[in-house]
This record gives sequence, structure tokens and C-alpha cells, in this order.
Amino acid sequence: MAEVYRLRADPEHTAPAVPLADYQPGGTAVWLEAGDDARLLVPHLGALRRIDIAFPKFREGRGYSSARILREAGFTGEIRAVGVLYVDQLMFLTRAGFDAVLPETPIDPAVAERTLARFPNVYMKAADSLQPIWALREQSNA
Amino acid sequence: MYRYDEYDQAIVDARVAEFRDQVERRLKNEISEEAFKPLRLMNGLYLQLHAYMLRVAIPYGTVDSRQMRMLAHIARRYDRGYGHFTTRQNIQYNWMKLEEMPDLLTDLASVEMHAFQTSGNCIRNISSDQFAAAAADEIADPRPYAELLRQWSTLHPEFSFLPRKFKIAVTGSTIDRAAIKLHDIGLELVQNDAGEIGLKVLVGGGMGRTPMLGHVIREYLPVADYLSYMEAILRVYNRHGRRDNIYKARIKILINDLGAVEFARQVEEEWALVKPLGLDPPPSELARIAAHFAPPVLDANAPTEIDLSNPDFANWVAVNTHPHKAPGYAIVTISLKAPGEIPGDASADQMDIIADLAQRYAGDEIRVTHAQNLVLPHVRRADLFDLWQVLVSAGLATANLDRASDIISCPGLDYCTLANARSIPIAQKLAVKLAPQEADLGELKIKVSGCINGCGHHHAGHIGILGVDRKGEENYQLLLGGSGAEDATLAKILGPGFDENGIVTAVEKVIDRYKTLRADPAERFLDTYRRVGAEPFKEAVYG
Amino acid sequence: MPRLLTGNRLETGDVLWWAGSDWSLHLRDAVAVDDEGEALIARLLPQERINDLVLIDVDATPDGWRPRSTRERVRAVGPSVRPDFALPSLPVEAI
Repeated sequence: MAEVYRLRADPEHTAPAVPLADYQPGGTAVWLEAGDDARLLVPHLGALRRIDIAFPKFREGRGYSSARILREAGFTGEIRAVGVLYVDQLMFLTRAGFDAVLPETPIDPAVAERTLARFPNVYMKAADSLQPIWALREQSNA
Repeated sequence: MYRYDEYDQAIVDARVAEFRDQVERRLKNEISEEAFKPLRLMNGLYLQLHAYMLRVAIPYGTVDSRQMRMLAHIARRYDRGYGHFTTRQNIQYNWMKLEEMPDLLTDLASVEMHAFQTSGNCIRNISSDQFAAAAADEIADPRPYAELLRQWSTLHPEFSFLPRKFKIAVTGSTIDRAAIKLHDIGLELVQNDAGEIGLKVLVGGGMGRTPMLGHVIREYLPVADYLSYMEAILRVYNRHGRRDNIYKARIKILINDLGAVEFARQVEEEWALVKPLGLDPPPSELARIAAHFAPPVLDANAPTEIDLSNPDFANWVAVNTHPHKAPGYAIVTISLKAPGEIPGDASADQMDIIADLAQRYAGDEIRVTHAQNLVLPHVRRADLFDLWQVLVSAGLATANLDRASDIISCPGLDYCTLANARSIPIAQKLAVKLAPQEADLGELKIKVSGCINGCGHHHAGHIGILGVDRKGEENYQLLLGGSGAEDATLAKILGPGFDENGIVTAVEKVIDRYKTLRADPAERFLDTYRRVGAEPFKEAVYG
Repeated sequence: MPRLLTGNRLETGDVLWWAGSDWSLHLRDAVAVDDEGEALIARLLPQERINDLVLIDVDATPDGWRPRSTRERVRAVGPSVRPDFALPSLPVEAI
């Protein structure tokens, strides 16, 4: 596996992620399979520092919902996408609430930077802080 | 129609730059084909039997003359001089080269067009009623609601890796020309007691391997809750839709497994959680979009009388024009189904002619229909004759709308890697055979698909034909009694299949039996079938 | 029964037939690959320049190769409904 591509400034929380079935309250790192219910973690978000979410296949899309749900519930720790992931998905991943990626094949940082800078504006509100275009239009007309 | 502002244009331009970058990296082997294929699919680029195929998005089936001329230019410059209008109101080009796609997409972006999300496991083109803003039977133009959804669904981070493709249709009329009951989400504009427009929401319709009709889960959704409610539906699907079997991955399977009531409950539960997140734009955004769809200035004094002394012209007016809500106007359908021609195909020259006609006679607007025809929505009745003469000289004046030779056919095994059998030759043979008697037969919708994916919408055909592979040979199943309109039903298979000649004969036998059974010449085949059932037709075909 | 190796060129999508040492656009140039077919694919696949590499069954006729499936005959000739685009290795009627 390649290195973690991380978009957080804080030091990495390196505790091993415990599978959801084995998670004990107070644990700081947990692993969610693609089909796990992220909302089960809501009572534990205060204790958690890192949540790893699995992407076992390229077509797997449930992790995007999981990450967004966790951000909507107020989680501010690291959400890390782990598995079959490519640099071209970075915009989707970050908008969905991920701030770290551990891909099977390495991410070229130059391509990553280009990818993340590509769309300065977005049509819809998501888990990141970008204002949707309709809000910008509203403001410019106000 | 909608015009991009600088934000819309920036998104399209950025997407073109992104795809150019991805293509370059692929051509230099910096991305594997496995990683690249989903990326090109998200840009509507398939690899078909002979070449790449590009599906260009035509949002809710609406283009202007400038855009149509660009589509003609694309056909000449990058393809072999023609394009194919599809059953989801898009256009397809069959002879594309990957290395030329970035330039093609740049050309498209210059006229506010793109190929976003016309393939892949994401939200596809939002389709609508080809008579929008022209037919008298609509509550309101559905297209602003489609445009709002188009923007919301473009590059949506949570819904770009769905279990499967996702298709949404919007109509503004109870006369359903958008087949909303056969879409993953179908939306109908409705009014509450106070006269406020809202949306009736249907989910879980679709054709393909397991055809199903959609279920109403909300009778009235206020516009203020529109996008957040869509988010809730998509999230429930993304989280719980099956991912183990691509033939069981559409939302209709999830709804069938849960039941519509439980599915609706889960959507409402999710919606309660997402509504407070501020996902819904203010009313000003819909109003801003709707302002673009203000209808063209129509002449209130336009004469209604026209000279019908030319019998061919009179026939064409009777068959291919539809009443417009403004008395001095008409809605014109341009048939792309001349018997013997390839259904839905138009040459670059024909596209240019249609662009000119739209600009001159139709308020500069053209619509693409689900039946692979084109519509000029706002034509003065006084101009119909001049317009018709131009259509005649361009081979576009076939008067067969909704008649036996107005056959829908997917590209089939002549073009498509997914196909099991050729579909176009079947449609051509049937059109030529039936055209001479089609005036007598009245409304008869024949639809041909070359495989179970059903892009020819055979389940919604009054007569449907499905091509299959039977021990290495092309074989065709005959289905009867389908409809994609507000009276939606799914066509049922009649009996064992046929070879290429056999299916043509079988359809002829069905039609001959219909003529003996119909209550009167005005009873449609579909109504006769519904009245008498399959047995008399089974007997006619199989003895 | 003879087998041919076919695929589509990455850059253009063109249908290609393995002609022994290189690819041809024409079915009639194809050579039977038989036992070395799988090895050939194993060598070409990682190069990632030819998509949808596959071995197909054909019959040898006096007029040249005839693919056994309708699909491959369509690939060899072109759309049966556009004879004006037909490639020369097989008559359109052979589809």
C-alpha cells in the first residue's frame, strides 16, 4: 500500500483502527466496512480521533455517504478513505468529508494538487465548507 | 431556455480541462484502463463495437439553433457526418476517437454543452416533456425544475458512485409525455389547494431485466423541500441499494424488496435529518432559472386559418402537428423515421437545416423526444406550409408521428457491445411493410430493443420486440400491451421467439388480427388488446 | 477451430486484428493464433494500449476468415445498416 495522503495539519493519530464490531466506548480509532452504518458511531464521536472507511472496489460508493453523515453529526476528527482509490476521486472524497486517503496505488501529489484546485465553485452544498453556487448568486444579487 | 452564467460556464470549462488531463495521462499510460474507464464513462464515452461512442447531454431535450449547428459540426469534424438522437433525449456519435475527445468537448463547451454523466453509476440526464411550454395541458413548464436538478446532480460528491445508473424525469402535465412512471425518480408538477405548485414524487420505475412501474411516495412535495428530499432518496439508495449483482442494483429492486411504504418511511426519516442542513436553495434560485424559460413573444393576432388544399401538406399537418396553447401556433414534430431509414439518425446537413428552421420559424428552440424525433415547439400556423416544404426537400417530412412506422429502435448489435441482436434492420423492415396501411391503423407504438437493457423501451411499446441470442443466432421476442404514458403498463411476452423474418410476419399477423377485432376503426391497438386480452393474438401468431 | 486475436485501439477505438507481428484494421490480414493466443494476450494486456483483447472463433473459407458470431462479423465489416461504411474483408450480406 502507498502512503497516506493527508489534508490535515494536525499530527497523525496513528492508533490502529478497531473494527466496528469490536469497538469499545472511549476507543479513538475505528474501522468501518463499506456497508457498516456510520450512524452507530454518533454517540462516540467525542472520543474518536480517526475513522477509517473501506473502499474495497472502485465502484464502491457507500463510504461517501458514511463520511458525510459523520460530518453532519459534528465529527471533526480525521476521516480516512482506505482501499481502491484514485487521485481523480479526490474532489468527491474531500467534499464528502474525507481529509485523508490511504490508496492501494500511490497518489501523485502534483496531480492531486491540480485535481483539488480544478473546481473552485460547486453546485451543491456538501460536507466541506464550500458555498454552493446558488448561495454565491444570492449574495451577488443582494 | 437556460443560459449559462459565469459559474455554469466555469464548471463546464473545468470539466473539459479535467478530462483533457485524464485522457493525456491515459494515453501516456499514467493511469490504467481500469482506473480510466469509469472516468471516461462519467464523461459519456463508451467503447462500442467499431469505435468509441460519445453521448452528448441535451438537458431535458432542449437545444437552440446555435447548439444544433454545433452538433452538426461535431458530426462532420469528428464523426462520419451523422448523429443519433436517443430515447433519453440525448444525441450519440458512433465513430469517436479518444484522442480527439478533449477538442470535441472544448467545442461543445463553447455553446454551453457537455457530456457529463451521460453514462456511469451516477445521476443521468434529467429528461422532460418535449411539448413543455407549448402544450395547453401543462400546469407549468417543468424544465426549470429539471434545470435545478441538473445543477444539483452535477459532480455530486456523495452520489457519483451509486450502485447503478439513476434516471429522473419531470413533467408538468397529467398527459405524461416524459414516461415518469418508468424512471428511478419521476416528478409531476401539481398544485395544492392554494394553487401553489409542488411536486408529486414517484420512485422505482424502470424497464430492463425487471420492469416495474414507479410508486408515489409523496403526493405533494413543496418546492422549498425539493433538493433536500432528493438528497434523502439518493442517500437511502446509495447506502442500501444492492451492489452484489448489477442486474439487481437499480433503486426499483430496493423498493420492491422493502416495499414502497417502508422505503418512503426511510426517505422521510433521512429527510428529517438532512432538511436542517441548508441544502435547499432559496426561492430566488428557481425564480432566476425560470426567468430563462419565459416563453418566446407570441403574436396574439397570429392567424389560425391555413390553406390545406395540398393533400400531402394537409396530411402532415393532421399527423405531425399538435395544438399549441396559443391559437395561431402549432407544435411541429420532425420525424426521423422515414421508412427504410435508421430511426433517430440525422445527417449533419439535416441538423443544419433544422437549426435554420428553428431560428426562422420556431422561436429558436428545438426539442428531442423520447421517440427519437425532433420538435419545433412554437411555429406560426401561417408558416407551416413554408416550413413543410423545406422539410420535404430535406427528407424530414414523413407524416408518421405515433404511427406504425414511427418505430423506436436502439442501435442494437450493429453498433453496441451490449447487444444480443440487431434491432435497426427489424425496425426498417417493419416500417416499410406497415407504412402503406398505417393511416388506417392509427396510433401504434412499436419499440425494438437489441438486448435486455431495453434502451429501445420495448416494455413500453404497444408492440415491443426484444432481440436475444438463442444458441448463437439472433432471435426476437414479441411483447404486447405496453405503454409509457400516464396509463403506463408493461408489455407482456406473447410466446416463443422468432428469427428475423419470423418476427416481421408475427407483427403483421398481430396487426391483421387487431383489424378484425377492433370495436371501430378509431379504437387503438393498445385499447383493443386491453379489451380482448392476449389470447386472440396468441392464436393468430402461433395458430 | 481457428482462433483470431482481436481488440480495439486505445487512441481511436478502431477494430484491430492480430496479423502475426503487428495489428491490422482488416480481418483478412489476421493470422490464426491457437495455442499462443493466451500468451499473446498476457504479453499485450499490461501494455494497456489495446482494449477488449479477446480470442474469437472463426471458420476458414475460400474467401477468407468468417467469424462464427454475428457480433464479430459486425465488428469485421461495420454496421449492417450502413453498407457505405463496410470494410472489405467480408460482404455485408455475410453478417
